[in-house]
Amino acid sequence: MIEIRGLTKRYGPTTAVDDLSFRVEPGRVTGFLGPNGSGKSTTMRVALGLDRPTAGEALLDGVPYRELRHPLRTVGALLDARWVHPNRSARAHLRWIAASNALPSDRVDTVLEQVGLTAVADRRAGGFSLGMSQRLGIAAALLGDPGTLLLDEPVNGLDPGGVRWVRRLVRGLAAEGRTVLVSSHLLSETAVTASHLVVIGRGRLIAESTTAEFVDSAGERTVLVRTPQPVLLAEALRRAGAGVVPVDGDGLGLSVTAATPERIGEVAAARGLVLHGLTPQHASLEQAFLRLTGHDVEYASGDHDEAAAVSAAGR
Amino acid sequence: MGPIAAERIKLTSTRAPWWSAAAALLTTAGTGLLFAATVAATEPVTVGATQAARVVGMTVLMVVAVLAVTTEYATGTIGTTFLAVPDRGAALRAKAVVVAALVGLVGLAGALGSWAASALLLPGPDLALDGLDEWRQVAGVGLVDAGAAVVAVAVGVLVRRTAGAVALVLVWPLAAESLVGLVPAVGPAVGPFLPFQAADRFLAGAPAGGGLLGSPWLAGAWFALFAAALFAVAVGVARRRDL
Repeated sequence: MIEIRGLTKRYGPTTAVDDLSFRVEPGRVTGFLGPNGSGKSTTMRVALGLDRPTAGEALLDGVPYRELRHPLRTVGALLDARWVHPNRSARAHLRWIAASNALPSDRVDTVLEQVGLTAVADRRAGGFSLGMSQRLGIAAALLGDPGTLLLDEPVNGLDPGGVRWVRRLVRGLAAEGRTVLVSSHLLSETAVTASHLVVIGRGRLIAESTTAEFVDSAGERTVLVRTPQPVLLAEALRRAGAGVVPVDGDGLGLSVTAATPERIGEVAAARGLVLHGLTPQHASLEQAFLRLTGHDVEYASGDHDEAAAVSAAGR
Repeated sequence: MGPIAAERIKLTSTRAPWWSAAAALLTTAGTGLLFAATVAATEPVTVGATQAARVVGMTVLMVVAVLAVTTEYATGTIGTTFLAVPDRGAALRAKAVVVAALVGLVGLAGALGSWAASALLLPGPDLALDGLDEWRQVAGVGLVDAGAAVVAVAVGVLVRRTAGAVALVLVWPLAAESLVGLVPAVGPAVGPFLPFQAADRFLAGAPAGGGLLGSPWLAGAWFALFAAALFAVAVGVARRRDL
């Protein structure tokens, strides 16, 4: 279990993390979500004892990281996949890490196999692609068979196959009862793997909930309806209190708000109207995210216009 | 001891330290022989004279020790190191012990090489290692190099950047201390207490009437104390730092 309590971290005049508190429970994947520069990495660095908190504390199974004797047996972390000596082989890199925590040396071969780097284990890590480096970083995190994992942007630089592999791995680790915190600024990616979310913006907590609750609370659901009688159905639905907007295309689609699929089906049946399709559209996590963090984007770049466009479309 | 095993693997799993150690060995032994031969032309060679080039080897080995730290900061592996061993004192002590052991052994080998080459190749002079003083002058080079390695590790931790730290360990023993010695009035008083001057006195012995650090063993202890103190400062700074 990971507990962040009243954590504040300032670098000079910049406040990176501001009185942040949350808990990460074992047995499930928790997504740690926020725009770039929102304080995710800082929170992880402080939790792992690399940076010192200005105030507050971070506990791993009830203990600050710096007080763990063989920390890698308790906590595995991937912070930066490039933290490798370029002229050292992947195997030697893992060997010294294993030795530092008195881990049995056969763990090195086990994790190399687990991340699929066995064939390149004796090549210098400097020649690795970003994807291979990520795998090596994940191997290092798994080395001590830890009960808690903190992974900072683990799918960064991976090809689609690698992304699917990380998703399976992360879900598998949680299913084994481990505590898994995975940070990302890729919202859709997080929704696929994480059942719970901790959302931060500008170093402050914005939401801590299940992924489903977060999406529900943030946007209205719409249902996409296809029917050969769009005019009649639209009129019937409006009378039943729903919002109806025709969908571009062949003129046979309607986007319906404020009505469940069940209600739409009942309205159609009562009028003897034909339905060809009834598809619930979840508010995208991106929309939910932008609604909640719209004012908390530290580094508004080109994305800002896109964000404005999306929230305008949402209204 | 986990951290020590880890540092041993780190130091031996890239090639650069080996090449540098070999370079230090060859230059010390080679230049030592050259110096001794030059001296031999005018006067009898002493055991001490066979170590005239020891500073060359020490400088190369100090650069090796600096790099053992600064490459960790440059590549980011220092983050991995502190994740694995969050007690930074323990992590840095392990590094200093392993680096100083390697540097000390290479320094000792270089000193014995210089002596052996001179003893074998120079006709005539008696270079037998038949007393404590003679042994101190040759084997002591390994001890001084080990101490210099601890100083270099501390400098690496404090400075973090390779260029700055290397420049510092080159300028300090080779130039800065001799320059202080040249300052009128202050120089002669402070000079013997400068760490690398003290190391010199440990090996060569102090001139007659050498004052407080007149005994070579006292001078050697002073150098060791300085290395330990600088290292303690470096650990204190690393503990308080973010990453």
